[in-house]
Amino acid sequence: MNESLLRELVPAVIGVLVRRGADFASAEDAVQEALIRALQSWPDDPPRDAKAWLVAAAWHKFLDAARAETARRGRELAMEVEPPTGPVPGTDDSLWLYFLCAHPSLSPGSAVALTLRAVGGLTTRQIATAYLVPEATMAQRISRAKRRITGLPLDQPGDLATVLRVLYLVFNEGYSGDIDLAAEAIRLTRQLAGSTDEPEVAGLLALMLLHHARRASRLGPGSRLVPLREQDRSRWDTGIIAEGVTILQAALARDQLGEYQAQAAIAALHADAPSTSETDWVQIVEWYDELLRLTDSPVVRLNRTVAVGEADGPQAGLTELSKVDPDLPRYTAVRAYLLERAGDLAPAAELYAEASHAATNAPERDHLTREAARVRQLLRP
Amino acid sequence: MAKYLLLKHYRGGPAPVNDTRMDQWTPEELAAHVQYMEDFAARLETTGEFIDTQALSPQGTFVRSDGEGRPPVTDGPFAETKDLIAGWMVIDVETYERALELAAELSAAPGAGGKPTQEWLEVRPFLTEMPTVTE
Repeated sequence: MNESLLRELVPAVIGVLVRRGADFASAEDAVQEALIRALQSWPDDPPRDAKAWLVAAAWHKFLDAARAETARRGRELAMEVEPPTGPVPGTDDSLWLYFLCAHPSLSPGSAVALTLRAVGGLTTRQIATAYLVPEATMAQRISRAKRRITGLPLDQPGDLATVLRVLYLVFNEGYSGDIDLAAEAIRLTRQLAGSTDEPEVAGLLALMLLHHARRASRLGPGSRLVPLREQDRSRWDTGIIAEGVTILQAALARDQLGEYQAQAAIAALHADAPSTSETDWVQIVEWYDELLRLTDSPVVRLNRTVAVGEADGPQAGLTELSKVDPDLPRYTAVRAYLLERAGDLAPAAELYAEASHAATNAPERDHLTREAARVRQLLRP
Repeated sequence: MAKYLLLKHYRGGPAPVNDTRMDQWTPEELAAHVQYMEDFAARLETTGEFIDTQALSPQGTFVRSDGEGRPPVTDGPFAETKDLIAGWMVIDVETYERALELAAELSAAPGAGGKPTQEWLEVRPFLTEMPTVTE
């Protein structure tokens, strides 16, 4: 059994322990310990029934911890020590876990960590490594989050919007070390889409797939950022694009538009185009208008100006840009690009350089520095 | 979440409010200062926000290449270097406001007379990974 199949069992095993009377925090700890043991021992000694093995191991861990706790307090163990007999129920336990782990009372960072552990079945060490945080810190972040949600009623439907936000954050982190967070986000969103038929869940899944399909072309040698207009589109994964488009179309047909569906629609129009010049920019602008109506987000307004610049020419883009808050991240980079397209090279070069100093990540910073250098070359007599 | 560097300077920043030099503190005052720093780091670990802390020796040397096949050229230490970094703490927090709040708390470490040093700390964001969704 490979590691990802093992991880898929984690929510169900937590569910079994909770149904046997364990509280969520203790159950989750016990399953994490069983998971770590499985990762160590299964390669040499694979179990016949993986789920039953995990349930038994986790239940023992839970009882050990419960006994130690009651001994510490000098009380009797109230919990029945023998588990109920019979087969493990096969109900889908993941849905309430999504809502619990992304509960609105948690900060986004805590919700991300807890979701990756309890729903994603990652170990604390793997999560810590993925986010470049010491393991002890990540362990504390997770137990703190669990304390915060202790005692919350589990039978009410949670806030789907925060669940989707958490999954989006995991996807957008972009770091690909040993744990591929983007792939993990897709797996968790796909699993969620199997448990609920909300069109926005499908919209988010489509959005992720449509971006993921283009991943190989986004970075060149030496982690060099390759902008969309220069990407080698033959490297886009057409199978994943087709899947994303199919999922999106089914979601849009439900006629309950939301921001993820609208974002996915924009991504689909890019994915569908053979080149930047053959892209349906007019339709992309229309989708940005929908997205603005749904979110009223300043970042959407800024991205829309780029699309307007392609659809109606750089002057139209610059006119739209004058209505956008200049303090937004990437504002200067967008202005530099539109000015260059308009043939105003000297200020464009200056603004590319200025934008590179304001960049919040190294690939973008280096890209903007190269853009400044490129435009300055054009200015030489 | 976002990582920030809290940078502590021996020299180079504006003067602290409680500006008695460390070598003129009593041993108890020094011990209280160190204890405050350790408690602060330990507390940040429990909140899940701690990444790293390190102190630097003030003894620095400038080094540069002198061309292929030649030994490195060294210079310094320069007693009058304007900017001298004493150490740092790296934190991982939800917001910039939280980074400022923690830096201010660290700057309240006790100094001479048991009063907070109110020294200036420099807060610098780390560059992040490139996000997956940009357009």
